[in-house]
This record gives sequence, C-alpha cells and structure tokens, in this order.
Amino acid sequence: MKTSLLAISAALMLGSACVASAEPVKIGLITTLSGGGAGLGVDTRDGIMLAIKQSGRKDVTVVTEDDAQKPELAVQIADKMIQSENVDVLTGIVWSNLLMAVQPGVVAQGKFYVSTNAAPAALAGAKCDPLYFNAAYQNDNLHEAMGEYANKGYKKMFIMAPNYPAGKDSLTGFKRYYKGTVANEVYTQVGQTDYAAEIAQIRASGADGVFVFLPGGMGIAFMKQYAQSGVKTPIIGPGFSFSQDVLPAIGDAALGVKASGQWVKDLDNAANKAFVPAFEKEYGRLPSIYAVQAFDAAQLILSASSKASVKDAKAFAAALNAADIKSPRGNFKFNTNRHPIQDIYVTEVVKENGVLTNKTVEKIFTDHGDAYAKDCKK
Amino acid sequence: MTFALALEQLLNGVQLGFMLFLMAAGLTLVFGVMGLINLAHGSLYMVGAFACAAVAAATGSFWLGLAASLAFAAGAGALMEVTVIRRLYSRDHLEQVLATYALILIFSEGTRWLFGSFPLYLDIPPLLQGAVSLPGGAQYPLYRLAIIATGAAVAMGLYLLISRTRLGMRIRAGESDREMIAALGVDIRTLYTLVFALGAALAGLAGAMVGAIQSVQVGMGEPVLILAFVVIIIGGIGSIKGAFVGALTVGVVDTMGRFLLPQLLTFFVSPADAKPMGAAIASMLIYLVMAFILAVKPRGLFPAQA
Repeated sequence: MKTSLLAISAALMLGSACVASAEPVKIGLITTLSGGGAGLGVDTRDGIMLAIKQSGRKDVTVVTEDDAQKPELAVQIADKMIQSENVDVLTGIVWSNLLMAVQPGVVAQGKFYVSTNAAPAALAGAKCDPLYFNAAYQNDNLHEAMGEYANKGYKKMFIMAPNYPAGKDSLTGFKRYYKGTVANEVYTQVGQTDYAAEIAQIRASGADGVFVFLPGGMGIAFMKQYAQSGVKTPIIGPGFSFSQDVLPAIGDAALGVKASGQWVKDLDNAANKAFVPAFEKEYGRLPSIYAVQAFDAAQLILSASSKASVKDAKAFAAALNAADIKSPRGNFKFNTNRHPIQDIYVTEVVKENGVLTNKTVEKIFTDHGDAYAKDCKK
Repeated sequence: MTFALALEQLLNGVQLGFMLFLMAAGLTLVFGVMGLINLAHGSLYMVGAFACAAVAAATGSFWLGLAASLAFAAGAGALMEVTVIRRLYSRDHLEQVLATYALILIFSEGTRWLFGSFPLYLDIPPLLQGAVSLPGGAQYPLYRLAIIATGAAVAMGLYLLISRTRLGMRIRAGESDREMIAALGVDIRTLYTLVFALGAALAGLAGAMVGAIQSVQVGMGEPVLILAFVVIIIGGIGSIKGAFVGALTVGVVDTMGRFLLPQLLTFFVSPADAKPMGAAIASMLIYLVMAFILAVKPRGLFPAQA
C-alpha cells in the first residue's frame, strides 16, 4: 500500500514539477461543518485535504469556512473569500439549495466553481456556465440508475422523496428510466423524522418494491422505523441514503438494501486501491461517496493548475475539462455541460468484519451522462 | 382506504402526540411557573438521546441508557437553571430568547466536540422489537405502542403530581403568585430548579425513546422544539392539560394531513401536481390549525390563570 501511495504522490509531484512557472492557486472551501449535516461536510473537507496532501504541492492553499447549511451564510462567505481573500476556485458545498444561491455570484465575478456534490438540474442545462464544473454527478443520475435497476424485478414501485428541488429531481430521474407501474408517489417534509404515516401507506399500497431518496438523518430514521414495522417489501435507493457516513447509525436494518453509486469501496482499479487505505489511515474511518467526490474535485483543480495558470480562465477551463486524473471511480470524463460521464453501479449493503459497508453487485450504466447536457449551449 | 390503514394512521398520530407531550409538558411548566421561554429545551432532548446512545453502546443495555438519559438530562437541566436560567427570570422575553438560543449553540457544538459529527447508533431493546397484530389485520410496531404507554403513564403521573402532592401544590401556587409563596417561607429557588430539572428529564426521556427509531445527531432537538411550541400555544401556555390535548391534536392532525391531503387533492388537480401540493399543504396544516384556534381562543384551549 505504501509503495502505491508513494508512486501516486510521486506521479502527482512530477506533474507539478514540470510547470514550475504556474500561478499559485488559492481554493475557497465552503462546506457544512456544524449542525446536523456536518458529517457530509467533514468528509468533503477530508477528501480535498487528502488529495492536496498526497500531491505535496506547496503552491496550493485552502481557506475553509463553515456554511452551517444556511444559504445566506454561504453567499456571504463566498463574497468574502472572493473579494478579500482573493481565492481563485471555490468548492465544497454539499446542498443543492446552497449551491443555487452561491454559484451565480461566483461565476459572475469570474471565479471557478468545482462542485463536490450538489448538482441541481437547473445548473446542468440551459443555465450551465463555462466556469462551473461538477465533479460528482448530475442530481438525477443515481436515481435514473435505480429506475433502470427496478425494471429487472419490480412490477409495481412505491416511490418517496422529500419535497424540495433535489427530491423532485430524484423521482423525475427514477421515472425517466422505470417502465413498470408507480403504485404511489409520496413527498415528505424536508427534515422529517417520523415516517409512520408513510410506512402505513407502503403497507397498504401492495407494491413489490420501495424506492426512497432520504439523505442524512431522514434516511436513518426511515430505515430504523421501517425495520420495526413488520413490512417486508424490499427497499432500493440512491447511494447517498446508504453511504458510509450513515450506515453505522442505521445498523443492521440496512443489510441487503440495493443502492446505486458511481463509486463503491471495492471497485477494482489502482486509484481506488490506493485511495481507500490512504483515507482510512489518515482519518481512521472508511471514506464515503462525498469524500471520493471531494477527492476528485481537488485532483481536478490540482491537475488543471499544473497545466495552466488559473488567471487565464480559458486555458484553466480547458485544463479542467481534460479531466486528466486517476479517479477512484475508474472511468471519468466531462460531458459538454461539464458534468461527469461515468459508470454507475448497483451496490448491496453487507457486513465486513463487523462493519457495515457497500459491495458492488453489477454495473448498471456505462459512460452515463445526463438528460440536460443537450440544453447547455455555453 | 381500509379500516386497518385508518386505524394504523390514527395510532401513528396518537403516538406522535404522546411523544410531543413529553416535550411540551416540560416547556409549558417552565413557561407557566417561571414565565421563561426556554429555546434550549430541544438541547435537553438531544442530551437525553446522546446519553442513552452512549451508555447503551458502552454497556449493551438500552434500559441503562434510558436511566442515564433521565439522569443526564435532569442534571444538565439543573446545571443550566443554576448557572444561566436563574439570572433570566426577571429579564424580558427577548433577553431570555437570546440567552437560551446561545445555550442551543453551546450544547450543539459541545456535543459535536464530545461525540463527533456523525450520527450515533441506538437500537430498540430486544424486548420491544417487532410488530404486533391489530384488529383488522394490520401490523403495528410494538415499540410505538410502548411510546404511547409511556406517554400515557407520564401524563397520569404529572396529573397526580400537580393535583395531589405538596410539590404540585407549590408549583400551582408559584404559578399564581410568586411573591406570596416566597413570603410564606417556601424556598422558591429550589422549587424552580426542581421544576426545571423535571421538565428536562421529560425532554431527555423523549429524546432517548425517539432516538431509538430516529437519528441520534446534533441538532435533532430543534424541529421537535418548534412542534412543542405549537403544542403549548394551542393548549394554552402553562397548562399541562392544554399540553396534553394540544399534543394529541397536533400529532393526529399532522399524521392524518400527510396521509389524506395528497389523496384528497387528486379529486381537484392532476395527480402529478396533487402529490407535491398535498405534501406542501400538509406541512402547513398544523400551523393553520394553530392560527384557527388562536383566532377563536386567543389564549389557547386551556389557558392557565395569569
């Protein structure tokens, strides 16, 4: 493991060494480090820091601030970072509603934004921007994968998501690929903690499968309550409802759940085999999908800044767009709307040495883009 | 809609109501007796859940965790009263809100500092696992029935405490005339600390019980706190009976609204619009009910005498 790590950092250093003349880069990292959503922000920060540490680059600096999951605060921080701290690239926002508030100001002031997670449909289509890159996915992708997967065994699905933009994107994405019958479609409140009323409807619906998109604490609450309800209908969902950050809190109730992800811990590629142990060694826990996305976002910025000056927006954008990185996801390249084209997998929650984690079941999409790229003309 | 589904949903509403009652009882007592708005009541709920999860993880026993949640929440409540709250009784409500809001931030970040940013694991005890059959054929989780039973027992206990014991008499007396009861030689400071710790223990109990079926994480108390405020405003501030009726009203209205409104709306608008619209109206429903009740009875259903 050590040798492969060394090899990677050596390779990255070589990459940086050949452009000693490149401008130093200052990254503005805005993410959620307090409140209920802090787990996702901590993984985001740690993923970025690991990539920078491994690169050994001294010309890349990071300023980090906590957005407390509040859009108005995130906007203030972004303006402060751009105007008084002179950052070149911003990154790290977890939530779509925060990104929608921050992104217009960032690109209007001529700065780059590389998203580590949030990927609302509104920024992928007609309102795409040459300075806005998404290193994660487009919001619909993992739901589309589950829709495709549900075609293989479920005739009648009960589908459920929180009532906010990403929740509607989720069910839209699922239905875009699912060809069976939708028994019932339920929108829950954002931050809802009690799902008894919804579970009763699942029981009454006669569906043979349930698709849920409930990130963070919502998913934990739902899964624990579902396990107690005596309803046995199988659950499927997008990967972030069953990601490494929430699995320990759900417990054995999550065992056997099928989910989708563009990265899985056991993916068989050299970059992943170096990344997982390196992250575990550095932070003492397994990486989540958010950590991988952030790691790749940082890799993209590092790679671009070794090829072009960040002050030359056109050249830097082209260098980012080349996506010259070794992603733990395997195949990774940018679509015409600067969102990823990547493989998507179906995973299953299993227990390994007493720790709950995901394993790969099958590859459901190869080189999957998104439905909005065709509307992006910029 | 079958009878079984309707019965199950009604039980869900009642269960949510009893859980809210545990939160609202402490909040309304503190407001009624001491005239204090305590925003940090949700933090005590969180303290209970974290104490239960931590002790249950260390010892393997949910029941020890439950005992710990009562002890820790009551202890945290007493400490909060003696160090901060005591200085706020004579101040106006705005200063109380500011100070107790600061307590929320201190408790949240303190908890993160101790336990980290990731949610903790807390499972239901083996005794209460699984579901039981109801008349009509529906299955209902045993644990939720246990929450209903606990809530009912606490409601009964509080009623007896307030109406039949010397402590209850003093609480009622303190509510009506603070100076007079102090003049009669009752140690009002200790009484206030006791009442505050009692309210805190109930919040801690609610946090621990709910923690087993939800996510034990920083910030878990605030959404419940908002509902608890709705409950005591509907019920009439300071009234335990009001908190009880208010909690059950909010629980049943919220659950039934989430379940029935999206279906009802499909008669008026297209199904594609009805689902999100129904969900949006359902999330407003308890506030509409609150506004309606306040319009008819501005001091709530069972106002305590001022």
